[in-house]
Amino acid sequence: MENAIETFDLTKRFKDLIAVDHLNAKIKQGEIFGLLGPNGAGKTTAISMLCTILRPTGGTATVNGYDILKEPDDVRKSIGIVFQQPSVDDILTGRENLRLHAMWYRVPKEIRDTRIDEVLELVGLKSRQHSLVKTYSGGMRRRLELARGLLHLPKVLFLDEPTLGLDPQTREHIWEYIEDLSEKREMTILLTTHYMEEADRLCDRIAIIDQGKIIVMDAPESLKHAVGGDIVCLKTGSSDTERFKKIDSVSKVEVEDDYIILTVRNASEHLQEILQVAGKIESVEIRPASLNDVFLSYTGKEIRVETGEGGIAQRIMRERTLR
Amino acid sequence: MSQAEGIYALWLREFKVFTRERSRVVTSIFTPLLWIFVFGGGLGSAVNIGDVNYQVFVYPGILAMSVLFSSVFFGVYIVWDRKIDILKEVLVAPLSRTSIFVGKVLGGCTDSMIQAFVMLLISFGVGVYLSPSAFLLAILILFFMALSLVSTGLIIGSLMESPEGFNMIISFLVFPLFFFSGALFPLDNLPFWLAAITYIDPVTYGVDGLRTVTIGISRFPLYMDLAVLAVFATVMFTIGTRAFERMT
Repeated sequence: MENAIETFDLTKRFKDLIAVDHLNAKIKQGEIFGLLGPNGAGKTTAISMLCTILRPTGGTATVNGYDILKEPDDVRKSIGIVFQQPSVDDILTGRENLRLHAMWYRVPKEIRDTRIDEVLELVGLKSRQHSLVKTYSGGMRRRLELARGLLHLPKVLFLDEPTLGLDPQTREHIWEYIEDLSEKREMTILLTTHYMEEADRLCDRIAIIDQGKIIVMDAPESLKHAVGGDIVCLKTGSSDTERFKKIDSVSKVEVEDDYIILTVRNASEHLQEILQVAGKIESVEIRPASLNDVFLSYTGKEIRVETGEGGIAQRIMRERTLR
Repeated sequence: MSQAEGIYALWLREFKVFTRERSRVVTSIFTPLLWIFVFGGGLGSAVNIGDVNYQVFVYPGILAMSVLFSSVFFGVYIVWDRKIDILKEVLVAPLSRTSIFVGKVLGGCTDSMIQAFVMLLISFGVGVYLSPSAFLLAILILFFMALSLVSTGLIIGSLMESPEGFNMIISFLVFPLFFFSGALFPLDNLPFWLAAITYIDPVTYGVDGLRTVTIGISRFPLYMDLAVLAVFATVMFTIGTRAFERMT
């Protein structure tokens, strides 16, 4: 068996909308695979179907070789899940939460305690294991959920927005755990995210989905390459863009606020030429294409980032101009 | 049986939550006490039913009430568990839906029976003296009630989309079940329409059975009360397992 997950025209139709539309993907064993897309793109719905919580309205999929429709019980035994919403019991201690989970997943009694100790160690919660979860911070809860998802040594781990609403430091920690799991335990990981950096940092391959459909699927590097090069951000006195279009290496010219944004093949080599055309400039910045640029170039839309508290949409473009 | 430990773990979760939410336990016993000592005691100072004081008469009714309320609420409470994803963690575990239902029912019955036990100890406070056999029969009746009513609550909880419908359940299910059960009044000499509804209300048979074994007043024979309760429990339990199969 080479592929950990295979989907065959996987479809979920709700009353008046198609949340997941004929999804076809093959995820290799040991791979970190990212589903990237804006809110409502169908990421969670896709994961829910693979976890056998939601029944597809069309198509099917296999997880670890088990059919999600015919062998849901085998699928469940072989996967671990960290949901988007918090799902640990507040009124129980961290260790109690893990113990119940171990019993539900039939972790043999003899090794239960050792396994619990192991995962607590891994996520650094050993010292707080006997505290009620309601006294935990958001990051600690997330780590506990991650520990819980790993408790029964799943072959495939599903992470639905693993770092949503966490502070940068905790995020970095969680990313390290995830990388570690993939490297040392050769676990297959399927994660959804709408954070570009997250997908970029962690994933071997990414599928960009929008409105239930896979728009493009490839390694982050190739995707960025496909954008047509690096991004050069210029601040000049003039907003005349025509002059840049004549340069061979420039594939795209856009204006954003006071900035002229160019997509340039091998920007470092062609910078001289660009600067000559630009004339007097106030500032210049070169950076490699980000996944946001990829998303933008395939969908014509930007991914909107939502903060953890929910509601406040913030444009990732802001970061780009501020950086 | 591979599911046994899973069911035990489900029960354990409910039991731990119950013992930790002490305020919930105290609240659930406080209201029945008000009914017995304030309502029962107040009305009892002026009213006798037959040759028993009203406070004594109403005691088995309030016993039934405490189990009715706590059992149905326990079940409907899963709406909150579903709203946040606590229940989802269980739903994706390799457990059959029947096991999940059984674990939840056992958890709910345990909660209700602990309360019922405390309420039975209070019997001495209102001058109802229970023989050991009366005590055991009362436990049996209360258990049948808890089993059927927790199942009922879980069925409703599994169908409800959001907690907003909660008040409707209280107004249109729990209170009618309580008021039509004859918990507060004798069933003899009722106007026809009222008598007809009380006969349909399954809680009536619980109240009647409890009244029979605790204070010796009965409308129906005890075997009939037990039979109706057993059938009601079986039906609700069966529907409940189906409802959980279908829940997403």
